[in-house]
Amino acid sequence: MSDVLKSAAKLAEAVRSGETSAADALAASSSLIADRDDEIHAFLHLTTERAQAQAAAVDAKIAAGEDAGPLAGVPIALKDNMCTRGAPTTCSSKILDGWHPPYDATVVDRLEAAGAIVVGKTNLDEFAMGSSTENSAFGPTRNPLDTSRVPGGSSGGSAAAVAAGYVPLSLGSDTGGSIRQPAALCGVVGVKPTYGAVSRYGLIAFASSLDQIGPFAHTVEDAALCFDVVSGHDRLDATSIPEPLAPTLTNLHDGVDGMRIGIIDELMGDGIEPDVRRRTEQAAEALAAAGAIVDTVSVPATIYGLAAYYLIAPAEASSNLARYDGVRYGQRVDGANVATMNTNTRSAGFGDEVKRRIMLGTYALSSGYYDAYYGKAQRVRTLISNEFAAAYENFDLLLSPTSPSTAFELGAKSDPMSLYMCDVCTIPSNLAGHPAMSVPFGVGDDGLPVGVQVLAPMLQEPRMFRAAQVLENAAASGGAA
Amino acid sequence: MSGEISRDEVAHVASLARLSITDDELTTFTDQLCVVLETAAQLNALDLDDVEPMAQPYPLANVLRVDEIVPSLDRDEVLAQAPAAEDGRFRVPPALGEAP
Repeated sequence: MSDVLKSAAKLAEAVRSGETSAADALAASSSLIADRDDEIHAFLHLTTERAQAQAAAVDAKIAAGEDAGPLAGVPIALKDNMCTRGAPTTCSSKILDGWHPPYDATVVDRLEAAGAIVVGKTNLDEFAMGSSTENSAFGPTRNPLDTSRVPGGSSGGSAAAVAAGYVPLSLGSDTGGSIRQPAALCGVVGVKPTYGAVSRYGLIAFASSLDQIGPFAHTVEDAALCFDVVSGHDRLDATSIPEPLAPTLTNLHDGVDGMRIGIIDELMGDGIEPDVRRRTEQAAEALAAAGAIVDTVSVPATIYGLAAYYLIAPAEASSNLARYDGVRYGQRVDGANVATMNTNTRSAGFGDEVKRRIMLGTYALSSGYYDAYYGKAQRVRTLISNEFAAAYENFDLLLSPTSPSTAFELGAKSDPMSLYMCDVCTIPSNLAGHPAMSVPFGVGDDGLPVGVQVLAPMLQEPRMFRAAQVLENAAASGGAA
Repeated sequence: MSGEISRDEVAHVASLARLSITDDELTTFTDQLCVVLETAAQLNALDLDDVEPMAQPYPLANVLRVDEIVPSLDRDEVLAQAPAAEDGRFRVPPALGEAP
């Protein structure tokens, strides 16, 4: 890995001080991508022209003595479900192949305003539906740490782009674990912010009440830096939280002394591999050694999260994906009338997993089944939120594994349900709308990274990042050996 | 709530969702959807009578913006991305007169 690309914070400092340039940082990133991405396939498209223009603009600002921003010259990768004006945005689906959005997502505007350089768009499971990035119309992404393994998903390309050292930062989206699980499997930091903390304007919708954009990084500090840049109210997203958010960088190194941290009992059971459980226990010990008061806590409804999620997310997806009708954008397969054209287009354009979820969601919302499926799942959502609220009366943060196992081999989980089980620890936070993040903490029996999940109440990102920083320090000093 | 969905029901939801699937796909999808719905049936174990449904995590009511005129997307740029356009509009096959 090129040293200059290891830390976004240090790189931005070096660019701002004139020690290096945005153009040089971009060249270093491009060269690494050219060397290795045929094998890894983290990227679907590179945005080279735009990146070069942006790097030149950043370097010109610095030459003129202006402030080039907190991410000056930092190359960043975007999951290919975030709109980039004039550049391909496919969601890894044939149905959007060839589409060039007429606008930029709000996160793209904010990143570029902060001096970041968008280098390209990363691979994902089609429409972010999956946990391995094998389910892309453009072929799978491989885990840079072991190319026989998956990087996790659905933001596998963004996780791999950071893990391979191409870029110090990337953005993913997390609907049921799609940032945190690939972060865990690739040995990087991944953050799912509070629902509404980061604007979804220009994020192509999967399940609108669950989707949230967040960063991948090598370090907790870089993730905090990026979160502080992209978060905050946006009038273009009606679900964006209007109140100002507390910065996460300011008190990042304040530690966890006196914090009450609960290990979620239900997420430490038989479904979790023993080596992953052991690392989670070690992480709890590291937090206790840093002064936290650690105990176990029961959040019984979390075990129903998976069942509720696989009704709510497909229901919302079936509605959101109705827009791919061959009329306004993307691919069209002709037919004698509109309905036939719609059917031909959708049948040819969507992959099997997307079709499965659309059918499941259509069924869950259909007359006679709505109350039994979607309605019931929405009530379980309240139950999980209430139980989290009760747990947070006695605890400041919660802790669990991120993924039940380390990275598995490509093709190992071919039936849908076994892949769905990957998200068992991450889904409850999406249902409740709470922030949660994965921090690398040692390796499993196979030598591949294990991620530990830190969960926090709504809008309590600052304390979540503080605990994550303690875990990163502990892992670096042998606490996860 | 039953954990099962029949072939006919899968064929019906596919047509509602404007998806055309082959007989073989219908068999596979039916089996797979049955497994997911069996998992969903776990929710029957819960007493949810007194629990309100939750549609989104951070309810915001009456989200309004300032009533000011701002430029919208460029029409030509938008239409350039459409599969077919004519006279400043999206062009589609006939919508009336023929059954799907």
